[in-house]
Amino acid sequence: MAEDIKLMKGNEAIAHAAIRYGADGYFGYPITPQSEIMETLMEEHPWTTTGMVVLQAESEVAAINMVYGGAGCGKRVMTSSSSPGMSLKQEGISYIAAGELPCLLVNVMRGGPGLGTIQPSQADYFQTVKGGGHGDYKLITLAPASVQEMADFVGLGFDLAFKHSNPVVILTDGVIGQMMEKVVLPPYQPRLTEEEIREKCPWATLGKPKGRKPNIITTLELDSAVMEKINEKLQAKYRHIEETEVRYEAILCDDADYIIVAFGSAARICQKTVELAREQGLKVGLFRPVTLWPFPSKELNYYADRVKGMLSVELNAGQMVEDIRLAVKGKIPVEHFGRLGGIVPDPNEVLEALKKKCF
Amino acid sequence: MNITDIIKPENLVYEKPALMNDNYMHYCPGCSHGVVHKLVAEVIEEMGMDEKTIGVAPVGCAVFAYNYLDIDWQEAAHGRAPALATAIKRLNPDKMVFTYQGDGDLAAIGTAETIHACNRGENIVIIFINNAIYGMTGGQMAPTTLESMKTSTCPMGRNTELNGYPLKISNLLAQLEGTCLVTRQSTHTAPAIKKAKKMLKLAFENSMAGKGTSVVEFVSSCNSGWKMSPDAANKWMAEHMFAMYPLGDLKNL
Repeated sequence: MAEDIKLMKGNEAIAHAAIRYGADGYFGYPITPQSEIMETLMEEHPWTTTGMVVLQAESEVAAINMVYGGAGCGKRVMTSSSSPGMSLKQEGISYIAAGELPCLLVNVMRGGPGLGTIQPSQADYFQTVKGGGHGDYKLITLAPASVQEMADFVGLGFDLAFKHSNPVVILTDGVIGQMMEKVVLPPYQPRLTEEEIREKCPWATLGKPKGRKPNIITTLELDSAVMEKINEKLQAKYRHIEETEVRYEAILCDDADYIIVAFGSAARICQKTVELAREQGLKVGLFRPVTLWPFPSKELNYYADRVKGMLSVELNAGQMVEDIRLAVKGKIPVEHFGRLGGIVPDPNEVLEALKKKCF
Repeated sequence: MNITDIIKPENLVYEKPALMNDNYMHYCPGCSHGVVHKLVAEVIEEMGMDEKTIGVAPVGCAVFAYNYLDIDWQEAAHGRAPALATAIKRLNPDKMVFTYQGDGDLAAIGTAETIHACNRGENIVIIFINNAIYGMTGGQMAPTTLESMKTSTCPMGRNTELNGYPLKISNLLAQLEGTCLVTRQSTHTAPAIKKAKKMLKLAFENSMAGKGTSVVEFVSSCNSGWKMSPDAANKWMAEHMFAMYPLGDLKNL
């Protein structure tokens, strides 16, 4: 049988993939350019088929706290938003990370700061990988570069979230969210039963059977000595994730003199730039971090011993470039090229920037 | 007759609810929280729902509610308990879900979550402790602080020109189509406690019958925050608080 290939927007792929993966709940609030996620879910009305709950909350703040409540029950719950809305969710995200609860968050980034623009941007890199909310916590961050990856990362995101008891973010932007591509959706799988959740998530608040202690989801600890231990445990988990969950794609990097580093939509543009460069006989490769945290630092450091320079191409004023510079430890120059405010550069513009800044 | 002849199961007239554990309570002597906790435990137990109940604790004095009742709990961020409860109940319709919130949590920072959970008619119980002050942070002005009442952030007394008016949020919630029961109770006398328990039980029954949101406001005292003895605080409450927040059902469908 031929593969079931569909044509759809990245946002729509997220919604379909969530239903098919057996997600238990989606809680959201409309904001451009990601509203198709909730619209598609409402149109598909999965509560009549898989039993998935879909609810339009009164605010992004309420939506993330609904995710907090659902995650505490061990359910596969998610929310999505775009930059200004993600800012509102940061308090709740900090609580969910502190509570070591699994959930999936989708940020279809738009240009900021402030109300900004509805055009695509990658300016929430810092907010996502460096914290965003209060306290020392980390979010596993996946950066899809195609509609196919939008669909695939829903399942991967939930898997990683439950594997590490940690929130996972799909960090994408208006380009990937709005563009239409062919996609193979994952097969349907049933939602977990309450018995299965109790088995997999013994900490879940699903009602206390006789004989077990109460399950309490809390992030409060007034004893500093205990709070330090809690933080150390979190940090140990983050170190483990950094060791085990780095994902990236290296295209034509092995013989390259120069490497462009880009994620998500910028990586798609730079793939063409690499083609153009190679046509001109220039040995240029593309390194695409798929996980923005954990960041592929060791891998970039490996290439730093083999190339003359790197160019970080981002739809922002220079955020990931800082992590690349930390990764290569000053061995080679690392430059940045970015467009701001919702402007998307074309591949030739990137090639010119590479020649000007790195050659 | 010897005392041991009297202490027999058949003579038992009162016992601590089994759901209440032996942890030392951090509440001040004279505070209403302890009594309301006991009522919640009794009602859950009498309904036989202890294995199916999930409580959502607030930020405020009751932040540690989960230390005293042996059921599953989630601790919300300040004001967000109704959002958590919404998801918990919708994802687990067979469970009994309640929030336990103070006046700052429910009627200031969490106003939007409170109103919208009630307006959606979430099948949850909202337990609302209204003592007109922020107890946990040391006695600051609450949205329900009475006019002229002194707190650490209105030391000259609440001035309505500066601070607005005491918020009768239960009256507002009673207007919403999604609520089926909005009642104002107190625990300052034995008869009041008996009445309050009856209404609390009705609230929990409503939530399992799918009738919509039930709100049980407890007009309460905060003797330490009010800088009074427990007895004086109860008297002051009856005289002043009940005038602004009269006891009784605002809505009972």
